[in-house]
Amino acid sequence: MTSNGFTPARVARLAVLSFGALVFLAPYIFMISTAGKAQSDIFTSSLSLIPQQWFFFENFAKAWSRVSMTTLLFNGVLVCLLILVFQVVVAIPCAYAMAKLKFRAARAMMVLVMLGLLVPIHATALPLYVAFDRVGALNSYVALVAPFTISVFGIFLFLQFFRSMPDDLIHAARLDGMSEIGIIARVIVPNAWPAITAFAIFSVVAHWNDLYWPLIVVSNQAYATPPLGLLYFRAAEAGDDYGALMAATLIITFPLVAAFLLAQKRFVEGITMTGLKG
Amino acid sequence: MSALSLRNIEKSFGGNAILKGVSLDAEPGEFIALVGPSGCGKSTLLRILAGLETADSGTITVGDQDLTKLQAAARNVAMVFQSYALYPHLTAAQNIAVPLVMRRLTRAQRLPLLGPLMPGQRQAIADIKRDVRDMAVSLKIDHLLDRKPGQMSGGQRQRVALGRAMVRRPAVFLMDEPLSNLDANLRVHARGEIVEMHRRAGVPTVYVTHDQAEALSMADRVAVMIGGSLLQLAAPAVIYDDPQHVEVAKFVGQPRINLISQQVAADGTVGLGEARCGLSRIDVAVGSEVTLGIRPEFVSVSREGRGLPALVERVEFLGSEIIVYSRLEQSGDTMIAKLTPAEGAGLSTGKRIHLAAAPERLFVFAEDGRRLRSTSLIDSDVRELAYG
Repeated sequence: MTSNGFTPARVARLAVLSFGALVFLAPYIFMISTAGKAQSDIFTSSLSLIPQQWFFFENFAKAWSRVSMTTLLFNGVLVCLLILVFQVVVAIPCAYAMAKLKFRAARAMMVLVMLGLLVPIHATALPLYVAFDRVGALNSYVALVAPFTISVFGIFLFLQFFRSMPDDLIHAARLDGMSEIGIIARVIVPNAWPAITAFAIFSVVAHWNDLYWPLIVVSNQAYATPPLGLLYFRAAEAGDDYGALMAATLIITFPLVAAFLLAQKRFVEGITMTGLKG
Repeated sequence: MSALSLRNIEKSFGGNAILKGVSLDAEPGEFIALVGPSGCGKSTLLRILAGLETADSGTITVGDQDLTKLQAAARNVAMVFQSYALYPHLTAAQNIAVPLVMRRLTRAQRLPLLGPLMPGQRQAIADIKRDVRDMAVSLKIDHLLDRKPGQMSGGQRQRVALGRAMVRRPAVFLMDEPLSNLDANLRVHARGEIVEMHRRAGVPTVYVTHDQAEALSMADRVAVMIGGSLLQLAAPAVIYDDPQHVEVAKFVGQPRINLISQQVAADGTVGLGEARCGLSRIDVAVGSEVTLGIRPEFVSVSREGRGLPALVERVEFLGSEIIVYSRLEQSGDTMIAKLTPAEGAGLSTGKRIHLAAAPERLFVFAEDGRRLRSTSLIDSDVRELAYG
């Protein structure tokens, strides 16, 4: 491999990658630019990235004051956190049992997990909605969190990871006097951080950005998650005020972008791990 | 009463009988090596003893306690694994402390955050730390206590695994090929250490290995397991000098024992040249097929004169000894002889030699592998003795 120096092949490769990166980044860059423009500036016929008047502060102030941004962010964090915690608490013991314990239903459970992977949320959304409506749980954190507490993807991911853990480690733990719960808490979880991190990334990204399910079960702004809040903001508050709308979008995407930049290495590790194993 | 007793342990996986009624008793403080080729069921037996597998039938008792139905965690049995199975996220000290923490602290005392508030917890932790340190000092690993398994060499990990197994003073000590991941030099050194450690602990130990040298050199008694059955359980010297089954004779000894098929002669004897054995006609009929065994060190080689003529096929020089592989001219059987360098001087491939066997060292095995009683005869004129 050419590790240093710019050979023609390397230059070509970098050019293609840079172009690809630019294509993917362009909407985001345009969003940042728009968040800094005044209304008149946005609707000019010419296209420019640099705002003519610096309007960042005004737009952010509008975004922050017109809609209760803190509530949105708090809801987002709470919902994502609850979903993640429940998913991990359910998936790890389940995957452990399927990977390391011998019991008759193991095969049947494996088939169910596979089936579960094939069914998208859109197929079950309607029955779930009816059920939540009947118990009067619409517009609540329960409705936002409950459908996602059992993640077959999580079970599958942990299952693959636990299968590669040596059996002797678990045997040693049993001989040392641990119960099965003790083994999970003291041996499995401390050694499963790479898998847990990878899963957490997937789960948080998916549920932070999810618009579909909150749109179905939440109509009260008090329980709105960030993407849903954005939707309300567009319809009710901003109207055609795209500067403020883009500022709000920027605020909402910021936590994930910041998390990605801080834990970039983990992020890539996690995705490659699931790519190889999931 | 024996310290450890296995009665008629049977186990099969999917119709395959892995253990066919194995019984074994160990005296207090005895070191038993369980040896056999891979796949003979020795590791399965050890796992059943540890409670990691359940036997289909049979009982296990330690002292006067019946362990058969107990879970692994409830049996006071410690085990050293081939892979050591140290907890990768814990330091050596924490690894060794685990069995003590699980046994001495109550569930409440083990809780994170809340545990230190429980009465007696501080004292118990201090005791555990002291015991871990004492154990580490006795294994000479006290300088490694803060390292994690990933930062240790194979030999160091093996000692930590020993420490973790010994620290809680188990009623029975099990080892599953603990030395097979070490390099050759270290392995010989570690043998001595394990024997020494066993002597100090005085706990009955079952040591599984496929390495006969390990088994013979370390154990008080050796149990040879082949094909799911325990063929012989005896002191190392007895296993070697008085094997009760052809598979035992074949498995133990390096180079391998010479085995020759023969029919019992009309006078009721079998033999190699002039070295003959008389057999009892109660055991075996004239004309039936038996296997004759003689260890290579009891085969003597002469350049001319008496003995069976043979052609040298290969000579291996091993320093203190010379191994000669030759083919008998009459029967075509390959014979291995172990000679001193003086005896073997000048031998080379293609040379014609004469082989003789020490008659008192001949073993005779029946067709089913059982050892047959035999009397050694030196001269043909006493042949009548056998069937007399």
